[in-house]
Amino acid sequence: MKNTVLELKDIAKYFPGIKALDKVDFTIRTGEVHALIGENGAGKSTLVKIMTGVYQPTKGTIFRNGKSVQFKTSHDAQAAGVVAIHQEASMFSELTVTENIFMGHHLRKKSGMLDWKAMTRHTAELLDKLELDISPDTLIKNLGTAQRHMVEIAKALSVDAEVVIMDEPTSALSLKEVEELYKIIRQLKNDGKAIVFISHKFDEIFEICDYFTVFRDGQYIGEGEVPKSSIDEIVRMMVGRSLNQMYPKKDPKIGESILDVEGLSLPGYFSDVSFNLHRGEILGFFGLVGAGRSEVMRTIFGIDKKSAGKITLKGEVLEMASPGLAMRKGIAYVPEDRQEQGAILEMSLSHNITLPQINGLSSFGVLNSRKERGVTEEYGNKMEIKAASWKVNANTLSGGNQQKVVLAKWLATNPQILILDEPTKGIDVATKAAVHEFISEMAAEGLAVIMVSSELPEILGMSDRIVIMHEGKVTAVMNRDEADSDNIILAATGHGRGEKK
Amino acid sequence: MNKKMEKILQNRELNLVLLTAVLLIAISFRAPSFLALKNIERIINDTAILIMVASGQLLVILTGGIDLSVGSTIAFSGMAVSMLNQYNPEIPVVLLIFLGILIGTALGAFNGACVAFGKVPPVITTLGTMSIFRGFTFVLSKGQWVTAHEMTEAYMNIPKGKLLGIPNLTLWAVAVFAVMFYFIRYTRSGREIYAVGGNKTAAHFVGVSERKVNFMVFTVAGALCGLAGVMWTARYAAAVNETATGFELQTVAACVLGGVSLAGGAGTLTGVVMGALFLGIINNALPVVNLSPFFQMGIQGFVVLAAIVANVLMEQRNDRKLLAGRRR
Amino acid sequence: MGNSMEHVSQTRLINETSLKERMIDLATRWEFILVVLFLAVVVYFSNASPHFLDYFNLMNTTFNFMEKAILALPMIFVIMCGDIDISVASIIALSSFSMGFASSKGADTPEIVLVGLAVGLLAGVINGLMVTGLKIPAIAVTLGSSSLFRGISQAVLEDQAYTHYPESFGYFGQGYVGESLVPFELLLFVILAAVMGFVLHRTTYGRKLYAVGNSLTAARFSGVPVSRIRFMNMALNGLFAGIAAVLLTSRIGSTRPNIATGYEMEAITLVVLGGVSITGGKGNIVGVIIAVFLLGYLKFGMGLLNLSAKVMIITTGFLLIGAVLIPELLNMLKSWRKLKNQQKGL
Repeated sequence: MKNTVLELKDIAKYFPGIKALDKVDFTIRTGEVHALIGENGAGKSTLVKIMTGVYQPTKGTIFRNGKSVQFKTSHDAQAAGVVAIHQEASMFSELTVTENIFMGHHLRKKSGMLDWKAMTRHTAELLDKLELDISPDTLIKNLGTAQRHMVEIAKALSVDAEVVIMDEPTSALSLKEVEELYKIIRQLKNDGKAIVFISHKFDEIFEICDYFTVFRDGQYIGEGEVPKSSIDEIVRMMVGRSLNQMYPKKDPKIGESILDVEGLSLPGYFSDVSFNLHRGEILGFFGLVGAGRSEVMRTIFGIDKKSAGKITLKGEVLEMASPGLAMRKGIAYVPEDRQEQGAILEMSLSHNITLPQINGLSSFGVLNSRKERGVTEEYGNKMEIKAASWKVNANTLSGGNQQKVVLAKWLATNPQILILDEPTKGIDVATKAAVHEFISEMAAEGLAVIMVSSELPEILGMSDRIVIMHEGKVTAVMNRDEADSDNIILAATGHGRGEKK
Repeated sequence: MNKKMEKILQNRELNLVLLTAVLLIAISFRAPSFLALKNIERIINDTAILIMVASGQLLVILTGGIDLSVGSTIAFSGMAVSMLNQYNPEIPVVLLIFLGILIGTALGAFNGACVAFGKVPPVITTLGTMSIFRGFTFVLSKGQWVTAHEMTEAYMNIPKGKLLGIPNLTLWAVAVFAVMFYFIRYTRSGREIYAVGGNKTAAHFVGVSERKVNFMVFTVAGALCGLAGVMWTARYAAAVNETATGFELQTVAACVLGGVSLAGGAGTLTGVVMGALFLGIINNALPVVNLSPFFQMGIQGFVVLAAIVANVLMEQRNDRKLLAGRRR
Repeated sequence: MGNSMEHVSQTRLINETSLKERMIDLATRWEFILVVLFLAVVVYFSNASPHFLDYFNLMNTTFNFMEKAILALPMIFVIMCGDIDISVASIIALSSFSMGFASSKGADTPEIVLVGLAVGLLAGVINGLMVTGLKIPAIAVTLGSSSLFRGISQAVLEDQAYTHYPESFGYFGQGYVGESLVPFELLLFVILAAVMGFVLHRTTYGRKLYAVGNSLTAARFSGVPVSRIRFMNMALNGLFAGIAAVLLTSRIGSTRPNIATGYEMEAITLVVLGGVSITGGKGNIVGVIIAVFLLGYLKFGMGLLNLSAKVMIITTGFLLIGAVLIPELLNMLKSWRKLKNQQKGL
């Protein structure tokens, strides 16, 4: 008994200067778990926001039970029985669990007064259902990452919705919690709900999903039934080329150890993290969202202050007091969030590229535009940035080109250690391959590279060694030849040192 | 046991109660009469207007904004209503109070419109309207005052009358508190203020309109200033152009003292009321400890800074504790 | 790398825009609007009053707005970084009070000036330490400190005033350069504006200011010492408030606790009116300089037409809000047009 409950026809979404979605069709049926597949930046999250009324489509129509509808706010979508668990953190940390679950649709008494008793009761029931041992009155700021995600899930379940969209719901969950989630999804399915499940983990898709639709670079690519398809087929639709083309790994020439991290700790984020890094090596860092990988990198780069531990760079013990110092010692950090941390969007490409070493490009604090142009052109051209001129602002470029600007900016500092945090997040497939090739080349030239990534194929395809973290601790370090997706996932979810069950 | 103590120390409202108690005891050493019921009653009555306006300021600060124009809004609505009373003594006071609220609402709505629809930051908007509304007050009054003998007896009695032995002004403050408490705690709009102040993206996701909330908080703050304008001019039996100059600092101070986060999203009405009372005690204690009223401004500035610093230090400490306790 | 990538022709985002678009771009440029406004003020008032276009008057009226103009210069830096300082007027009060105190104890002009500047700088340093050291928002810090700084001078002076200053002290706020009609205050402003403009547009410090203003996080991730820069800005703001205090005290020859009330609003108005974005990262010195003379001569003209001071304050308030509101509305219009063009193209 599968009925079409929600249908999107020829949807497009433009932002000034960007086409986030174009010519997209998407159909959701009851009693079915529908996987929405695509790489980061393929437009999945934008589509979710359109289905839930957070964004309005620039073009196209949404049909609810065959009737054309418009979701002007998420209230409209909710009233029509469509809810989502958003990927981005969307919690109110100063408010209680109850309030977070009911914000936007607080229960009211007949008099119009908010009914806190009823809300607390409902919350307790929901938490019970999810086997979460927390009080409804707990403030969100007192919860850990995984618990927060579970509250997000409870929030979606608090509305009696017919369509439940889950945007990467498992990215921060442990195996046990994932099992709990599967159970709920199956139950919802049996109750005749329609579920959209967004993920790029294939084991999850094959475990729980019935049908799939693939997106790439903001466009609809294809669809099919999960049991009748193979991973290879789906991957090819997803990336538009085969895997070994995506990860042009060069033979590594691994040299001497250059960075030695011992017992590094930052309370609340990670503790007792130790590893070392060699010249010419690509060291992959894998873990769930919230495992503390980025925080380790931030600490090594001097943005966060460590509480304990030792960082040794080429035999010299360093107190990484500031990013400026880390830079002078030859460390470059390409942060995870390109728009917030990497590029300065409203500044020109040239000013972006020269910013980290602006002191060196000046005499007595006075800028030297000739030197600046030299550096800009050298590294801008090396990265093959496509832009009208070096004077245009970074926000006029595509995501991929922006990432190249950020890479150029750090390469220009002539680093010995390059830390890349999710280097290909949200960029198009062609640029992605180019970035990978570039990483390989730099490593081959003797640069020591740390690559933090949440994409398992990228980790497996690019790393010489892999450090796996779980809840702030290093759970395993594996060589390229001993790592496979199974033992990495096990280690990342806290199951021993990656030994199989 | 230790954990319990820790919890008590973390509760800002309780901290403030303790601090207030210490302050009261210290003052009563100097002047035992300070603690007399009559004096306490007077302090509360003196603080009533601050409580009204500070609860409006609370809403604005909860969204992460600030309203620097409250003093000027009080002055303008107070002047407008006083002049109405002066030239049309036949207008019933109930209507005057209503008009005062209406005028304040209009001024607040102007602030709200600039912030919500014009995307002008609250600081800039209210820094501008602080001058504009004050200027309008002068233009309206042509620089003249409305003095006691130009006001009707009924007008001056709005705050002064008593019900069951309690001054009307205090009762007004209690009424404002009750309404605001209900609004903040038991209406959707009230809760949405916390949503917008806490996390704008998340608020957007659950369909809370940032514009609506921003417009609403400034309008409500304006309405309360309008009411305060009537109370102020009636109580001091004078509408002058400089009415309530610098009052914005006191309202912000009451909020900060009450543990309201200037970043938005956290703070309670009870805290604000206690913050206001704390300031009221200090102001009333100045003559008792032989300090001239000229010290008031400096002391308030100092108290605000001390409160902010204490809040920040406590928050940072709590955050560290929280993080350390969350895992491992 | 490179061989794997096709060489696509460069995207010409800028060159492709039509002449009409470029005209619209120019007309909506803030400096352009300012110049038009300035010319409008000059044309209107020279028609309205015969005393407006008079060299002596035009020079002499600068006495009325140079102190505020000097306050606006470091305020550009502060606002550029997304901070704000509403305590500058109170710093003037504190600094002026200290100078009066020094003078009453028999200090001579150089010591008095030194005291004024030092107290201003110290006040700025205190603000800066609280903003960057304790990570308290600048608006909160300066709201509190404005009350504290002015409160100190009020607590001591009560309703009295310092009125005795050495005669030579009068030069800073009343004197002219040599035999000319150019006030010393104006010359000082021009020099300071040149220096601050150079710092803003030609030095690494200026570049870092823009970086911090546009994205504090990205600047920090790029190794820019964000806290140090924000601290320096607040300290500089204090120092310049000290300079303004010297000029103002010298000009009016006395110190009362209510000296310079409302100056912070005017200084911020000049900066915002000059096109510096209150959300940070945008603006230039030229815009602010035009804004200084635009507002100064607007008020002069209004004064010639016998408009009261209160009307001027109302005007300033509306200019402050309008200076943010109008570009915001223009921006909304621009992105709406862009979106429409995109839709038309497909």
